[in-house]
Amino acid sequence: MNILSVEGLNFRYNSLEVLSDITFGVETGDYVGLVGPNGSGKTTLIKIILGLMKPRKGNFSIFGVNSWKFQDWHRVGYLPQRTLFNPFFPATVKEIVSLGLSSMKFRKELHKPEEPMIDEAMRLMDVLDIKSKLIGDLSGGQLQRVLAARALVNEPELLILDEPTTAFDPETREKFFRTLQELNHNKKVTVILVTHDIGSIGKFASKLLYLDKRIIFYGSFENFCSSADMGSYFGEFAQHLICHRHD
Amino acid sequence: MLILDFLHYEFILRALITGSFIALVCSLLGVLLVLRRFSLIGDGLAHVTFGSVAIGLLLKQHPVYISIPIVMLSSLGILKLTEKARLYGDAAIGIISSLGIAGGILIASIAGGFNVDLFSYLFGNILAISEAEVLASIALSFVVLVIILLFYNEHFSTTFDEEFAKVSGINTKKINSMLVLLTGITVVLAMKVVGIMLTSALLILPAVTALQIAKSFKHAMVISSIIAIASVSIGIYFSLMLNLPTGATIVMINLLTFITAFLFRNALQRMR
Repeated sequence: MNILSVEGLNFRYNSLEVLSDITFGVETGDYVGLVGPNGSGKTTLIKIILGLMKPRKGNFSIFGVNSWKFQDWHRVGYLPQRTLFNPFFPATVKEIVSLGLSSMKFRKELHKPEEPMIDEAMRLMDVLDIKSKLIGDLSGGQLQRVLAARALVNEPELLILDEPTTAFDPETREKFFRTLQELNHNKKVTVILVTHDIGSIGKFASKLLYLDKRIIFYGSFENFCSSADMGSYFGEFAQHLICHRHD
Repeated sequence: MLILDFLHYEFILRALITGSFIALVCSLLGVLLVLRRFSLIGDGLAHVTFGSVAIGLLLKQHPVYISIPIVMLSSLGILKLTEKARLYGDAAIGIISSLGIAGGILIASIAGGFNVDLFSYLFGNILAISEAEVLASIALSFVVLVIILLFYNEHFSTTFDEEFAKVSGINTKKINSMLVLLTGITVVLAMKVVGIMLTSALLILPAVTALQIAKSFKHAMVISSIIAIASVSIGIYFSLMLNLPTGATIVMINLLTFITAFLFRNALQRMR
């Protein structure tokens, strides 16, 4: 079943075309790596899917519901590219993680205690031991893990992450990707991961969506690696490099 | 005269109760407004209150009842200007604020001046608050308080990260409108405590003091409330003891508390 369907999506900033005729579907349990160069429209596409921007043309649905009717946002987890926040904001790690449960609609429908959910999200992202720290006292990597825990706390069925690992050291990045993979495998959480790192995404994602204002490629890694079109688009050396990392 | 002796006077008791309620809602809204860098909305709306008080005096109606709808509409006007006219909050506040002052001056000029009445609203006089005003203030403060507490999580989320709040299903437009409307009501109520000129101090000072020492968001809300209520009570006491204007004394107590908290935090940081 398609958890997300996008059809004929177009978006412009004034006269600049950012996205053109985007059509694709994401199935339950998919792990999609959304890649592309700077300015290719990756973040814009994510923001349209999340209802933060309105497309000029096109339709899309989430969980089978037309985007403009969709209300169950608690089924979606989101980690933005960067959060510009006041470093003097007096909030603890635990308070920030709990914000993922702040929708009143969700709280009404939630028939289990919130505390264990908050603790579990903090444990998953390894921030439980700093739960009482003020967010202004955290390093960039710690803050990013806190925001990731905020995205996971509502136990989402669809997780959208926009370049989540930029502030991570290599070890934390590896651990983060493993956690995502476990969620995807064990809990069937559908993942859409925006990244620049086309080399390492192959290790985790089941599908690749290459975007450059339009869809250049969408399909499995196997198909990407065997595609002669992609070989000529990227150059055979680059294609080999990506596919080699995937193996 | 001892503090307890003051409580035998009904007018002091009325001032303490009303002032505490109004200070409490000011302090809670203040934390949200300061963290959103929108704290000067209090100043802008206070200037609108000046215009609406002039309308009330011209029409020979109670200025508070005339001011509340006008100030609420103006608060929405500020919000719409920031959303639709691509203006930053401070510019939008500036427009509405100057409109309020200019309107007030024009009305006062047309009416040939309002002498003492307008001054009592400019500088406040909580000791002269009537029983009807006490009841209206407490009732409205209570409504504002309940709404803030009911939507605490939504306000917290929107204040920290509006984009994420939207994605998590919060109607942030509704929350933003609610915040400015509640601020509008509160500014009108605060006019009686410290006067139009000093209203924004009640919104800003307890909040920024709390932000110096708070260890969490909830903590900031609680500290801000305690400081606001204590400052009003101590301010009323000292103004009576030293025969000083009440509104200005309350603001000065707030300012001293802020300086103390600032110095305390700096000393603590140096010790670490």
